[in-house]
Amino acid sequence: MNIVVCIKQVPDSAQIRVHPVTNTIMRQGVPTIINPYDLFSLEAALALRDMTGGTVTVLTMGPPMAEESLRKALGYGADRAVLLTDRFFAGSDTLATSYALSTAIAKLAEEAPIDMVFCGKQTIDGDTAQVGPGIACRLGLNQLTYVTAVDGLDAAAREITVQRRSEGGVQVLRTKLPVMVTMLEGSASIRRGTLPDLLRAARAPITVWNAAAAGIEDVQRCGLRGSPTVVKKVFAPKPRAEKAKLIDVKGRRDGEIAADTLAALFAALPKLEGDLARQAVQA
Amino acid sequence: MTDAPKAAAAGRAQMKTELPERFRDYKHVWVFIEMERGQVHPVSWELLGEGRKLADRLGVELAGALLGPAGPATEAAVREAVSYGADLVYLVEHPLLGDYRNQPYAEAMTALVNTYKPEILLLGATTLGRDLAGTVATTLATGLTADCTALAIDGEGSLAATRPTFGGTLLCTIHTLNFRPQMATVRPRVMAMPEAEPGRQGRVVRHAVDLEESRIVTKILDFIPDLSTNKVRLAYADIVVAGGLGLQKPENFRLITDLAEVLGAEYGCSRPLVQKGWVAAERQIGQTGKTIRPRLYIAAGISGAIQHRVGVEGADCILAINSDAGAPIFDFAHLGMVGDALTILPTLTEAFRRHLAVDRLAG
Amino acid sequence: MTEHFDAIVVGAGPSGNAAAYCLAKAGLSVLQIERGEYAGSKNVQGAILYADALERIIPDFREDAPLERHIVEQRFWMLDDQGHMGGHYRSDSFNEEKPNRYTIIRAQFDRWFSAKVREAGALVVYETTVTSLIRDNHGKVCGVRTDREDGDVYADVVIMADGVNALVASRSGLKTEVRPEHVALAVKEMHFLPEDVIQSRFNIGEEEGVVIEAMGSVSVGMVGTAFLYTNRESIAVGIGCLVSDFAEAQVRPSFLLDRFKAHPSIRPLLAGSEVKEYAAHLIPEGGLKAVPQLYGDGWMIVGDAAQFVNAAHREGSNLAMTSGRLAAETVIEAKTRNQPLTARTLAAYKAALEKSFVLKDLHKYRRLPDVLHGNKHFFTEYPRLFSQAAQTMLRVDGVDKRTKEKQVRKAFQASRRVTGLIGDVFNIARAWR
Ligand SMILES: Cc1cc2nc3c(=O)[nH]c(=O)nc-3n(C[C@H](O)[C@H](O)[C@H](O)COP(=O)(O)OP(=O)(O)OC[C@H]3O[C@@H](n4cnc5c(N)ncnc54)[C@H](O)[C@@H]3O)c2cc1C
Ligand SMILES: Cc1cc2nc3c(=O)[nH]c(=O)nc-3n(C[C@H](O)[C@H](O)[C@H](O)COP(=O)(O)OP(=O)(O)OC[C@H]3O[C@@H](n4cnc5c(N)ncnc54)[C@H](O)[C@@H]3O)c2cc1C
Ligand SMILES: Nc1ncnc2c1ncn2[C@@H]1O[C@H](COP(=O)(O)O)[C@@H](O)[C@H]1O
Repeated sequence: MNIVVCIKQVPDSAQIRVHPVTNTIMRQGVPTIINPYDLFSLEAALALRDMTGGTVTVLTMGPPMAEESLRKALGYGADRAVLLTDRFFAGSDTLATSYALSTAIAKLAEEAPIDMVFCGKQTIDGDTAQVGPGIACRLGLNQLTYVTAVDGLDAAAREITVQRRSEGGVQVLRTKLPVMVTMLEGSASIRRGTLPDLLRAARAPITVWNAAAAGIEDVQRCGLRGSPTVVKKVFAPKPRAEKAKLIDVKGRRDGEIAADTLAALFAALPKLEGDLARQAVQA
Repeated sequence: MTDAPKAAAAGRAQMKTELPERFRDYKHVWVFIEMERGQVHPVSWELLGEGRKLADRLGVELAGALLGPAGPATEAAVREAVSYGADLVYLVEHPLLGDYRNQPYAEAMTALVNTYKPEILLLGATTLGRDLAGTVATTLATGLTADCTALAIDGEGSLAATRPTFGGTLLCTIHTLNFRPQMATVRPRVMAMPEAEPGRQGRVVRHAVDLEESRIVTKILDFIPDLSTNKVRLAYADIVVAGGLGLQKPENFRLITDLAEVLGAEYGCSRPLVQKGWVAAERQIGQTGKTIRPRLYIAAGISGAIQHRVGVEGADCILAINSDAGAPIFDFAHLGMVGDALTILPTLTEAFRRHLAVDRLAG
Repeated sequence: MTEHFDAIVVGAGPSGNAAAYCLAKAGLSVLQIERGEYAGSKNVQGAILYADALERIIPDFREDAPLERHIVEQRFWMLDDQGHMGGHYRSDSFNEEKPNRYTIIRAQFDRWFSAKVREAGALVVYETTVTSLIRDNHGKVCGVRTDREDGDVYADVVIMADGVNALVASRSGLKTEVRPEHVALAVKEMHFLPEDVIQSRFNIGEEEGVVIEAMGSVSVGMVGTAFLYTNRESIAVGIGCLVSDFAEAQVRPSFLLDRFKAHPSIRPLLAGSEVKEYAAHLIPEGGLKAVPQLYGDGWMIVGDAAQFVNAAHREGSNLAMTSGRLAAETVIEAKTRNQPLTARTLAAYKAALEKSFVLKDLHKYRRLPDVLHGNKHFFTEYPRLFSQAAQTMLRVDGVDKRTKEKQVRKAFQASRRVTGLIGDVFNIARAWR
């Protein structure tokens, strides 16, 4: 199996702050991480490779420092890493991102056909869950999103069977390679590479491609220019005007506290008391 | 999603929205009615409620787009769509549209859009909606704003889609200039459920598509429905009680389930409890869990981090119990108790139990 | 695995990075092992970077190192509960072309330094913990064991730069465990404020920074100091006290930090800020007495692991970088002469330290830890007395100055007695000498 895993380096959103005055993001000092959802996909890809042989190539589009994420992925056991970096890519939305990534994947496929592309379910900065489907659509890959488990892979028949989460249950799907898969979180967490893996990763050369090297002929389709969506405004969520009304707790008896709370709740939600009573009577 | 350098983005934001000739006749607001195995996902009705406002603002029609096999379920869905505000429903009936698969759905949806040309297309940000929207938007080469929390029409009549970014720390408003349709997905429970108007009249436009099983590569081998007995109905619960790290020990989560049981409520938790394995993942509330919109939300020992906040803000009333008066949850809760959840929760449970026992006697 | 390197460096703090950088620059094969997710991810520091020590390693570091502000003003405050008394030194001469001290954010600085180490040619692996040393049949250290699968790796010399706890060395019996009275526990918070607010609050220009060091009633009678540094868009505040004192006094470090932040002299400086990052870390403050054996057959200890911190002047990273560099130079020298890296050859490391400010300064202040530890009133009585004296002298209330002076003198005598006062002066002077 030749597998490409798309990973994205993202700021750890738990640590992002908004400038109190200018309302812009203060990225300074915010550590970057591999998009956590991508790691579930990477693990699934590595497991399939271990089973069937072949290679796992990690691919990212981002600034030069995204190399750190690639190296980390190599340390988990990926075989090869490609960094797509070019100023033309800046400001890409999902459409432009999937264009650049799919072109690069097509370029990789010239060396050896690609059987599977894995993407994360979604990113934690963009959060759109659209890049994966976009890549599948552009490359004509069969699309398997929200996969909870790979049940089987028949390399000879070029067929894959998976379980896919849908709204009301789990679909068991079988389709033909080549496919694009996104794994649901919680499927299997990323392995810890061995020390030799890590040393190999630290030494490995990373393929760096600019737009031209990736085979992108029309840079107008990349970055800001190639993005139909435009961010018109960025702002911090408005704090609610009033804070919570506090119910006195300190130094009071349990009974009093509870009585106050019930009274406050029933005052805030006039219909609640009646509904609860009805429910209690029915029970 | 756009991670644009600010200056550049600002530059483009000023760009004139001179719509290319080929998009001039794209009109009307559409909502994709998500029906899978005969069940319509409630997010579709929520979106019709929101779509109604947009259509009225633009002075255009609101249409539902429904794909499914011919039959009573589909007919009922059409009627319901109209009752929730659709002026008309574009209906594609085909036996192969009973279960969701990307390829036939995407083909049918793309055909509908190309034929009837909506200016706005809204979908639920469900597993189905997100899977489909990505393909459709890519095929049509148009813009898609995912996971919106607010939709509006700006002065120039273009869709202003607001969504959280960077994990909810910031919001951004995104426009699709120069391309049609303007697509957006919205998470379930973010928009309010509209009132249905049962006798309402609407038109149905049937559209035929040419699908053949032999051309569809992906096969459905099985469908394992979530057992209705233990299916978590968090998103649609009327009352939700949730606990966070402040509970300190997994055993103490009982205090949450006890209160929930007395109230006939669903229970949930903050993310760390899922990560620690105290509570199942499907109970997580927040940005990467469920968005809830109950009448009453009781949060005990939850600090109120932004990622949690975005999932609960739609609640009519939030009661927070936290020992730290400075916890951010008090910034958006309506009622607060500064104290030890471990002692307050049992007290509340007992008080409700007694209160309701009296009701039971009286009833 | 049979990988073999010239040197293995354990830890990617300032000392480990200095050592690995110098070794790699000299063309040796170096493996550096860091347990954190990246260099700096686990490191906490105020933090002041002393330029000189780094300049000797990377002369043009100012070009791309993530520096926050250079220090133009130093304040030393003695706090009582209401106020402070103290001195400032501010000079425009600190606005020189190559400033001498900078505030930095360790998480960023260490990451930058680590990238330099990689550029220099060292192999750096993260998220890997060294669990023990490997010795050959002669007892010479010849490699390390890590917590990864297939995780043994070999080298001619292992440089332990694993920080204050020095677990690798103590587990291997090369040094005793750190003693509670030899380490301070420091807690620190970052308070974010817009750049211009910081500048106007501290009366400084765009790149300029201020350091406040404070002692007195905030440490509730324990041996300790508090600090405040201005970064570009944040203020670092912290306080540290000896671990043994914390144990004795039964107070929590966060309690002390909260007190410090609430102090009337500090609170207005932090008003309106957004707090992010609360971190705690140990600082070796045992001085010369706590310094272990520094080298042996196939091993050396550098930086905090060697307890190289000058507590009196709050210097640590410079001692760390300098010791790392000297250790590397010792190895390079031996390698060029084809000498085996035995205790005998590596003794040159200690000799170099003795010639440098590292051991000279530690020697100079060798008595200080004991003096402070045995004289807690430096942190309680004196701040109160000085503050009282200032109150008395500054308040204009019809009392004549001679009477006021007498009151002040009386207060001092009542508290410490004349012999006590003389003793304190003598002790401090001797410890400082
Ligand atoms: C990409 C990303 C996505 C995320 N998605 C989600 C998400 O979907 N949902 C989510 O919840 N989080 C999410 N998080 C995590 C989120 O940032 C917070 O870390 C998390 O919500 C905190 O959980 P908590 O409030 O239970 O714990 P803490 O923040 O540790 O808060 C515990 C609270 O309990 C209080 N407390 C302690 N003892 C008591 C007591 N005895 N009685 C009463 N109160 C007490 C404390 O004062 C404190 O406020 C996400 C984070 C990231 C980075
Ligand atoms: C709050 C505070 C404020 C300070 N302020 C200043 C200041 O203003 N100026 C100043 O010069 N100094 C200051 N210091 C002291 C300074 O931080 C230290 O002296 C300096 O960091 C020592 O560097 P080091 O490389 O020896 O150790 P560290 O910086 O502690 O680095 C040790 C590294 O080794 C890694 N490690 C540990 N064990 C293992 C293992 N088994 N395997 C692999 N890796 C391991 C750790 O993760 C860490 O990255 C301060 C310290 C503190 C705590
Ligand atoms: N810049 C990028 N480089 C590589 N992969 C990406 C990039 N952006 C998105 N992806 C992939 O697409 C998935 C979905 O991203 P998103 O649509 O932004 O939520 C991610 O989890 C990644 O696997």
